[in-house]
Amino acid sequence: MSEMLSLSNDPLLFISVMVAKILAVFLVVVLIVAYATYAERKIIGRMQTRLGPTMTGPLGLLQPIADGLKLFFKEDIIPAQSSKLAFILAPMMILVPAFITIAVIPFGGMITVGGYQVPLQITDLNVGILYILAMAGLGVYGIVLAGWASNNKYSLLGGVRSAAQMVSYELAAGLAIISVFMLSETLSLRGIVEAQAGSVMDWYIFSQPLAFCLFVITSLAEINRTPFDLPEAETELVSGFCTEYSSMKYALFFMAEYANMIVVSAITATLFLGGPAGPFPGPINLLLKVFFFMFLFIWIRATFPRVRYDQLMFMGWKVFLPLALLNIVITGAVVVF
Amino acid sequence: MLESYLPILVLITVALLFAIGSVTFSFLFGPKKPSAVKLAPYECGMPLIGTARERFSVKFYIVAMLFILFDIEAVFLYPWAVMFKRLGMFGFIEMGVFIVILLVGYVYVWKKGALEWE
Repeated sequence: MSEMLSLSNDPLLFISVMVAKILAVFLVVVLIVAYATYAERKIIGRMQTRLGPTMTGPLGLLQPIADGLKLFFKEDIIPAQSSKLAFILAPMMILVPAFITIAVIPFGGMITVGGYQVPLQITDLNVGILYILAMAGLGVYGIVLAGWASNNKYSLLGGVRSAAQMVSYELAAGLAIISVFMLSETLSLRGIVEAQAGSVMDWYIFSQPLAFCLFVITSLAEINRTPFDLPEAETELVSGFCTEYSSMKYALFFMAEYANMIVVSAITATLFLGGPAGPFPGPINLLLKVFFFMFLFIWIRATFPRVRYDQLMFMGWKVFLPLALLNIVITGAVVVF
Repeated sequence: MLESYLPILVLITVALLFAIGSVTFSFLFGPKKPSAVKLAPYECGMPLIGTARERFSVKFYIVAMLFILFDIEAVFLYPWAVMFKRLGMFGFIEMGVFIVILLVGYVYVWKKGALEWE
């Protein structure tokens, strides 16, 4: 067993491996974000007996690139009455947390580089889950700021609604996954993956089915996807907090939404489905699990109508919160007795 | 220990550069033809009614306050959950008492109607 690569035993190699991992993960995420928009349009199109994009390239495969180029060359409108600095900062404050959450997701075991052991993960924080929750919390600031800075009634309503929704469901999501740590005895995501390493039956989805369901539904609400897309409910709020945004700033919101989908899918796969475990090499297993959840989210969008705001808050506070607490008590009782 | 946070700093830099870069690019290359109507807040094309800097429902503040209270309780559960198997029966009863106290507050909030939305 060779030594772990660290900053002290080979600084140059450590930094180059680190930068290589970061760029690789970043590029993969950007690529998935681009093609998730294509997949979503294509899948929802098929589910509604339409074709989706077909004209740009074979099967419309160049559509995301065409959309991106179009948005680059559109007029960047900053409304006269808006708070300029906050208006410009808000999309970045949403995008950056969405992208950096991915840092703690393990996408494979150990590989050997130059005689040292290197984990396939950007960084293995011992407080991994707390880091994820903290970053998820930061995303709320961007949305509220965007809604407020636009100085538009629809944006403001979308912003405050979104904040209330996200904090309510963050609470339920945070409580739902506690039962996982009671079994894994660690908050590090690599540790949680190792705790599920035995067979498929060791995956926490089998010992924690309630926590799994709660987490998938609450995280759907946290990333503002249908049926919980009230912040941008287009029939009543135009486009919610991003009504006033155009050009690349609008694209950043869009990318953050899809990046959040990837992150949430990856977290669910890591906590409940053994992360990179499976028949193929680690990163491919994780990607397949991520694609499965993203397909599920798109499917849900094509299937369910939007919930009403009072139903949303009712479910968050009066159904998911007590269920998550109940799940903790049940897990505790089973472990002790 | 600190070196495990170094990659996050680098990743934040990469993500920030990406965000700033793409916004700057569209700012430089996009057309710029502002007009008074285009720069006005969007309200479905009607003349503006009042401002957006108005008061909004106090419900949202209550939700924010409740979130802070309950989220702090949730954070207390995290270190306990990690130590749970080692604490055994003692930990179970301890946290049972804690959750019951939490539930008293929760039932009070529910009965007071703070979770109701019309």
